[in-house]
Amino acid sequence: MRAPTFQHMPSSTPFWWVAAIATAFVVVGLVSAHHMESAGHWVTGMNNRVVWGVPHVFAVFLIVSASGALNAASIASVFGRETYKPLSRLSALMAITLLAGGLTVLVLDLGRPDRLIVAMTHYNFRSIFAWNIFLYTGFIALVVVYLWMMFEPRMNRFVGRVGTTAFAWRLILTTGTGSIFAFLAAREAFDSAVLAPMFIAMSLSFGTALTLIFSALIFSIRGDGLPTALMLNLRRLLGYFVVAVAFFVMVDHLTRLYGAEHHSMERFILLEGGIYPMLFWIGQILLGTILPVVMLLQRRCNTLAPTLVAASLVLVGAFCQLYVLIIGGQAFPIDIVPGFSETSGFFDGVIAEYQPSLAEFGLGMGGVGLALLTYLIGTRVLAFLPTTGFDSGPSS
Amino acid sequence: MSCKPMKKDESVPLAQHRRTFFTQAAAGVSLMALAPGVRLVELAMANSEDSLPSNDKRWGLLVDTAKCESGCDECVSACNSEHGLSGHGRPETDAQWIRKVDLKDEQTGHELSIPILCQHCEDPPCVDVCPTGASFRRADGIVLVDKHICIGCRYCMMACPFQARSFIHEDLTGQKTHSPRGKGIVESCTLCVHRIDEDQEPACVEACREAGHDALVFGDLEDAAGPLASLSRKTATRELRPDLKLNTGVRYTSF
Amino acid sequence: MRPKVINLERNSIAGLIALCLTLLLSTGDAVADVVTPEVPMGRGAQCVEPIEIMRRDHFEFIKHQRDQTVYHGIRGSKHSLAGCIDCHASKGTEGEFLPINAEGQFCQTCHTYAAVKIDCFTCHATVPD
Repeated sequence: MRAPTFQHMPSSTPFWWVAAIATAFVVVGLVSAHHMESAGHWVTGMNNRVVWGVPHVFAVFLIVSASGALNAASIASVFGRETYKPLSRLSALMAITLLAGGLTVLVLDLGRPDRLIVAMTHYNFRSIFAWNIFLYTGFIALVVVYLWMMFEPRMNRFVGRVGTTAFAWRLILTTGTGSIFAFLAAREAFDSAVLAPMFIAMSLSFGTALTLIFSALIFSIRGDGLPTALMLNLRRLLGYFVVAVAFFVMVDHLTRLYGAEHHSMERFILLEGGIYPMLFWIGQILLGTILPVVMLLQRRCNTLAPTLVAASLVLVGAFCQLYVLIIGGQAFPIDIVPGFSETSGFFDGVIAEYQPSLAEFGLGMGGVGLALLTYLIGTRVLAFLPTTGFDSGPSS
Repeated sequence: MSCKPMKKDESVPLAQHRRTFFTQAAAGVSLMALAPGVRLVELAMANSEDSLPSNDKRWGLLVDTAKCESGCDECVSACNSEHGLSGHGRPETDAQWIRKVDLKDEQTGHELSIPILCQHCEDPPCVDVCPTGASFRRADGIVLVDKHICIGCRYCMMACPFQARSFIHEDLTGQKTHSPRGKGIVESCTLCVHRIDEDQEPACVEACREAGHDALVFGDLEDAAGPLASLSRKTATRELRPDLKLNTGVRYTSF
Repeated sequence: MRPKVINLERNSIAGLIALCLTLLLSTGDAVADVVTPEVPMGRGAQCVEPIEIMRRDHFEFIKHQRDQTVYHGIRGSKHSLAGCIDCHASKGTEGEFLPINAEGQFCQTCHTYAAVKIDCFTCHATVPD
């Protein structure tokens, strides 16, 4: 297969429309962030029991997907699969822009975002958050170097080595993200080593789904479509990754169900918790796992449209999963005095109420908009797009 | 980048000069920007070490739950007025440093009421997870938030097994001089550190005694002759969530 | 073509150097028509440190002192923020203390002039006890 060539995204009406929509989301995000910061967090649904809300669902989603979005480039550089080579540059660009979007949401939701400099200069290295600051910024720097290796012909021979480093860094970064929750001994819903590999599987699943959607979008803006061989490969991978995530979720719940101490938590998440079991069973399991896997395994669904529907369903499942994990995990009360039921004016012992506000959704969507907008701008500024006609036909 | 060594008599084009100048200037500026950061990291680490003169003391609290009545909230009112925790009529987001929790034994139905506050653990999870080191443990055992470097990420609130921390969700005015607090910062019971530093006892302890209940005893856990040690010898004391092995500074008796 | 490019380079660099020197060398005294802020006087004969030192370094004192207080429990020293407010807070027409960060009060007059935003009073009390 001859080496792919690359071009800039040509200016076109569809391009400017999509860019305008992305910009609108960014503006909404900034307005939401300003509202939250100037009035204070009381205007959001977050409170002293549910301290991380919808913005964090979006942020974790974007950060985890960013790691997985680099997969196409990794498969090309590290595992040598030629089919993925044309997508490498876009894959790396996606990884950077998704991470930037996620970090923006995270920083703008801080109680004191004006103290970002403090966060960059004071470190407590017992905190996984502190390590994550280096893992995230280091990842961006590394992927920039990775892109340089890809763009500069004289550096192409280093693509494999830098790609392998980026691959390893991705795994460490995603472990670090999962560890944010895994290390919390106080919270029954978290406090589990399985969250680290689960997050890696999630990154692969969400990242591949987003790769399919973003790539299809960018190619359709240019006027052609996602090449068949690539699409077939990606959809098969997506199927495997969705199953992998389901495996970890199942193992996690089965293990918890075995201990009597965890029964009330499990009953809350899986049965009696109102919105949480609904999001889990219908959103995460039915729409996010079973339906996509069935579609992705069916031969008659192996065209672009059903594939994109399956990818979108995976993303629906992703949001439901993160909502149940992050918010459900906080809504369930901490058992401060085991063996006793607790009641107080500080909402001890009761399921916490959480009504997400518009501003929180606005901020989250702002992050998505920022990721999309910078992705689009990137394709105009540098030659990320593979030129047409590199499709080598259906893969064996 | 092909880096051929430059020969002395080779004339360097002006564009090259410009590039070199900007690269060097950028490098210089970046180094200058990094240097204070490095210094600040040193400072943060140096200050967090146990360099307090009084690290042979460990301040603690003993709660006698038998003397703690269900309807009574003297300790809570005292704390609120001492620190200016006026509330905004929004219980979900209003700060609470100490609260009364009504407990009911799930098997026997036996009821009691205890105050829950920051437990001032020896191995605090909140200190472990704080990315900037704002959540820290003073050498004399008091767990505090350095509100100057707290960025309001609320990770410590996720990590605390006792829900002891509160986040300030709105602009504040009229703060007490000895208890600075503001929007976007996380806070919790300071064991009235400003009083302890002046050799007084926490406001909650004083209020409980003045109300005639004497349920709260404050003292030095390391002092073998002190009230905490002598009471602990006479009656069984326990900490909350002993399974977490946090070795808390706040202990409870009579349950 | 080439000589023109070199002249542009040299002129730009010269202009940049001239601008930098002008900014560096111009002091408040050198520029006669600049308005300097009218700072309300504090109580007592003098501040805890000489005025010139305070003007340049007061934030260093405050920052060092805050760590001394938070980490080492040292309170009531001469560099404490509460001490500043005690002396420098002014009273209004009814004898009540005015917030020290209000417009026209001690901190804001200089800080508005210097366009430096201060963060202290998000958390710290603005009037003495």
